[in-house]
Amino acid sequence: MASHTFLSLLLFYLYSFHLLRPIYCSFGSNGFETTSVPKEEEFSEELLLKPLPDYKVLAHFHFTSTSPPSSSNGKHHHLFPKSIAQLVKKYKIRELELSFTQGRWNYDRWGASDPLSTANGKPPGVELWALFDIPTKEEIDATWRNLTHSLSGLFCASINFLESSTSYSAPLWGFLPNNGDLRYGALPREAVCTENLTPWLKLLPCRDKAGIASLLDRPSIYRGHYHSQRLKLRSDGLNGIVIEQTLSVVLQPIDRTSWSMHQLFKKSLTGKCALAKSSKVFLEIEGTLVSQNENILELVGEADMVTNDQRDHSTIYQYNVERYSEHEALDIRVNWKKLLQVSFLQAPLHASRFLMGSGNERGSIAISLQSARNSTKGLYDNSKNCFTRVVIFQVVPWYVKVYYHTLRIYVDGAIRDAKDVVEKINVAPSEDKVSPGTLEMMLQFPCGMMSAALTLDFDKGFLHIDEYPPDANQGFDIPSALVSFPDFISRRIYPDSISSPLLQSYKGRNIVKSYTEVLLVPLTTPDFSMPYNVITFTCTVLALYFGSMVNVLRRRVSEEERLAKSKDKRKPGLIPLLISKISNKVRGIKEDSANQSQSSQPILGPKVVFKVVLIALIAVLGHYIFNSS
Amino acid sequence: MEVAEVEAEVEKKATATRSRLIVRLAALLVSHSTLVSVVCCLAGLIALLVLPLLAKNTYISENALLPGSANPVLSYQHVTQANNLIMDIMSIADDKQAPDIEIPKLIAKYMEILGAETYHHKFSQPQNQFHPLYFFSSSPNSPPTLANLSYGTSTVGIIRAPRGDGKEAIVLVSPYNTQNAGGIDASASASSIGLAFSVFSLLSRATWLAKDIIWVASDSRFGDHTSVSAWLNDYHNPNFIGDASSTRIFKRAGTMACGIVFKVVEKERREKYEDRDVVTLYAEASNGQMPNLDLLNVVHYLAVHRQGIRVRIGMFGGLVKSHLVRVLGEVMQQVGRFARSLNPDWRFEMPSSEYVEGTATLASSIYSQALGVPTGPHGAFRDYQVDAVTLELSPRFSLKNEHTRLAFLLKGGRLIEGTVRSVNNLLEKFHQSFFLYFLTAPNKFVSVGVYMIPFAFLVAPLPIIAASLFNLTSNRNPWRWLHTAKPLLITHTWSVVVTLLPFYISKISDLPSTHCMLTWAGGSLMALVILYIVFGSPYSKHVEWRLLKAVMIASVSIGLCLMSIINFATAQIGALFVVPMCLFALPIRVKTNNSLIRSMVMTCNLVMAVLGFPVTAVALMQGVIKGFGTVSILEFWDSMKFLWGWNSATYLYLVLVHLPCWLLFLHILFHPCR
Repeated sequence: MASHTFLSLLLFYLYSFHLLRPIYCSFGSNGFETTSVPKEEEFSEELLLKPLPDYKVLAHFHFTSTSPPSSSNGKHHHLFPKSIAQLVKKYKIRELELSFTQGRWNYDRWGASDPLSTANGKPPGVELWALFDIPTKEEIDATWRNLTHSLSGLFCASINFLESSTSYSAPLWGFLPNNGDLRYGALPREAVCTENLTPWLKLLPCRDKAGIASLLDRPSIYRGHYHSQRLKLRSDGLNGIVIEQTLSVVLQPIDRTSWSMHQLFKKSLTGKCALAKSSKVFLEIEGTLVSQNENILELVGEADMVTNDQRDHSTIYQYNVERYSEHEALDIRVNWKKLLQVSFLQAPLHASRFLMGSGNERGSIAISLQSARNSTKGLYDNSKNCFTRVVIFQVVPWYVKVYYHTLRIYVDGAIRDAKDVVEKINVAPSEDKVSPGTLEMMLQFPCGMMSAALTLDFDKGFLHIDEYPPDANQGFDIPSALVSFPDFISRRIYPDSISSPLLQSYKGRNIVKSYTEVLLVPLTTPDFSMPYNVITFTCTVLALYFGSMVNVLRRRVSEEERLAKSKDKRKPGLIPLLISKISNKVRGIKEDSANQSQSSQPILGPKVVFKVVLIALIAVLGHYIFNSS
Repeated sequence: MEVAEVEAEVEKKATATRSRLIVRLAALLVSHSTLVSVVCCLAGLIALLVLPLLAKNTYISENALLPGSANPVLSYQHVTQANNLIMDIMSIADDKQAPDIEIPKLIAKYMEILGAETYHHKFSQPQNQFHPLYFFSSSPNSPPTLANLSYGTSTVGIIRAPRGDGKEAIVLVSPYNTQNAGGIDASASASSIGLAFSVFSLLSRATWLAKDIIWVASDSRFGDHTSVSAWLNDYHNPNFIGDASSTRIFKRAGTMACGIVFKVVEKERREKYEDRDVVTLYAEASNGQMPNLDLLNVVHYLAVHRQGIRVRIGMFGGLVKSHLVRVLGEVMQQVGRFARSLNPDWRFEMPSSEYVEGTATLASSIYSQALGVPTGPHGAFRDYQVDAVTLELSPRFSLKNEHTRLAFLLKGGRLIEGTVRSVNNLLEKFHQSFFLYFLTAPNKFVSVGVYMIPFAFLVAPLPIIAASLFNLTSNRNPWRWLHTAKPLLITHTWSVVVTLLPFYISKISDLPSTHCMLTWAGGSLMALVILYIVFGSPYSKHVEWRLLKAVMIASVSIGLCLMSIINFATAQIGALFVVPMCLFALPIRVKTNNSLIRSMVMTCNLVMAVLGFPVTAVALMQGVIKGFGTVSILEFWDSMKFLWGWNSATYLYLVLVHLPCWLLFLHILFHPCR
């Protein structure tokens, strides 16, 4: 309880401080276009709910913090997270995006070419990229290494594995056009959990104690089918630092036909974060649903504003959180009157990637692109000179040795010459234990194409024993490839009456892109449980080999014969003498003839065998008698 | 100084006054070669017979599997849904309106209701052609010719794991036959689909899935194996050239972690009354490959300890009734009892009935591995390094009764649910437990370290005998074996010709198998005669029979050792035939002092000359295992066709190792002994 009161006191203090400060920024002009440079640190929180065609619900939390370029208070910040500001300042970051994702974005069902899904679809695991404001390549690499360690500490994740030069790459234009100051790395196997969410929430001024973030009930959000938590920051001299913290979850309502916010999150929204400039909840209904809106959907709860975007792709219902309090919590409820199968806007081509071949020696990576023409008929022009451009960006770890010359491209079931299709290509082959292979490729396909496939052959490499991870037998991951379509822009323009950083980000020229699946390559793994056997076995073989080799090379047979002859004249050693005496006695052979007839006379005569068997029998019998008595 | 020369000299001096211990030991062994070989062979035989006693109980080696740690949640609701599907399939089958089109559609419709991604996979019957060069590679990637042939349609549904990353998948296969949809086992066939559907509907709502689930309702009109192998081939080696529509719809779900094939078989007349439902496990894949033992253990554990289903594996019923085996069992029991009374710690006593059953099961296990032919559709998975097993479920009561059918589906479904859940728990692929083993009971196995001993005993005397024969020859030139290399070379060239002949014979279409057989035999004989005309008689002046035997033994031991790496079981059975042939070979005209021994050896030789011929050897083997009534020598062509149809290395062994050995044996037998 004490901590609670303390916190509220602190909040109150901060809030009053916020109110006392003179307000320079003009609130009247609600435009993105004006981009009046805020002189003050600002924070806004938004939540966008969107029913998906398969009766799931997408909840997209969006928190924006801005810090003006030159803070009047020196190094101190009021709302803006200090750790991030220090990070930006120290590593001279121009742009950075870090995402933690669990599950796969279903491009077929949840949409692929609207801005929300273009932004939401992230590869499983951790993805980090950053643009630096540093001139030389060496310095950028060093900074990147430091950055990964800082972020690793900040977000309780093993981002520091991206430090090694084998795990990050520097794409030039396949991911984002840049001047060689971009670094990109992905960790597909990184598990995402609350320990990553907590530090992320700490960057918010109200954490999850008040406002929209208070909806983040851990069991509810981690039960979702898709979970992607991101941090995106931009910094320049004009706007200062802007961080966008987003969290997208796809939830499955218990009752498919009707859901409410309270049912989804098991918490109710009772008010805004006192420090937020704006706090809004949106409900977006996709155009394909809204055309029959009246029949299918029923909304409970009165919206503050209802608008459509310019092309009527979707309808937005806006709810201002300020109006709600503990006595009257905001609870949007959606009832489906009729169950209906609809699909969202598809990407022009559906990309999927898979492995071909089997065995531990070699294989191929195939990327298959299939036209989704049925759904986006309007985008196509079937004339002969129409081409669709596709950019493929793929990073492959070094132990998967891709032979880039084996690139084969099939268009509509016929093999095509690469130079007819490839417009631009940039290949950075992998170097063993130094750098991964990077492939950036811009392809041109005729618009009427139905399907295309690319294959690349690879050999599977061998790792050193200490390079294997603890679960080596699972196989090794090839991170997701990024397939983007530069000719297709996903943007939605909403009327200026809505002022929202979230919706404003929709206005930008976002290229339609989709990530492919992560691949699992089984490599040869040594049997870790028997290193001892392996060592002894190899040592024995080597010893035998070297022993006999050295023996053969070193020996001088004639010398030895002479030596042996001279030795024969001398007395043999004590033990051989004894043995020979005993054996001679046993066999009853005279000493002189024994030496000559050693080869012809078997040592194990029938008598000896008989005696040995007799003694053994006596021993067994004795044992038997003693035991039984 | 030439190394070879030095070595030869060293060898010569080996038995001289002072030589190294290892050389002296070798010399000792060589000088007692007869004793050593007799002892080793007997030891090998005894070790083989003792194998059922040495079998250990299976245990689950991979801790991550956690079988049975979660309670099964498959409920009557799922099973009733599945029952609706079964009723629908049965009604389509009764209507006889193109069931081969309607049933896949119906299954796909049911899958889509569950929210699965579905597609139909079309495949045609592969040409059963002999590809001598494709023996060890995977099946050749030939473009499908669907145009003029009839084709089957498998229905495939994929459930994406809600929070999974889609890197791995578990494959469920349920074969059904649309051609025979209205036939006798129609209800059983439909029940396999129903069983798969009940599990699939449960998994489509499961939140704990980490791996995607693929359900292949495979059309088994060309056999269970064909459809699965065609689908797997398209999964791993898609063909992008040509009609792209089939590759367009084909969906994948990552690397396969495991394949579970299950089918319901209703036995019309049971031999004996069953008090429980029975599941029969089939695990042998091509060329004696086995799935990881852990997979079998999980199924066995869940079936026996959770669902109360009896588990069976293949067993030769004939051996259980055989008197010889029973007597052996009694002897083993007495020996075990005696050993135990000597020392209470020696606990290898086994009741004779258990021994008999263990032997029958072991024989079946060795035989199925030695044949190199998969025992079910799971074999197709093993070709892509995926562990898979076939479960054949047979219910206690008739499936025509709806009530018993529901109960049976619930039980079988829970077994499969548990198995899927265990595999789903796996972080790594199967690697902890054994891959090389024989089974002597569903829960007992003989591991590689134990079953290698009999083979090692059988093969060990071969080099010793070869060395002693080499020493006994009158010629003292160290390169004297080169003369005998010529007949050896001729024999092996001939065997290669014999191997390849069927390829050309099978090109001539529509020959009855007896004609093919005769053509093959005639062609081989002709090839042999031509080879002798070209290269001259094998009995030249320098070819001593001892040297010929030594060379034959050397080549055979190399062949056996190579085969033991490729398919151990084949080498094991082959050694039983070949090793006596190698040891006993003696020319008819050779003069010896002891006429009694000579006549005995000669009788043995003549018997072996007949039995060692691959045709009779195969017939004998099949006779021992399946009963002599069914065996005919003329079926040899068919059984060989069967072997190469499955790319079995056993065929190569028979023709490239066994046949030359037999021919050389004959050469020795009829050696002039000048």
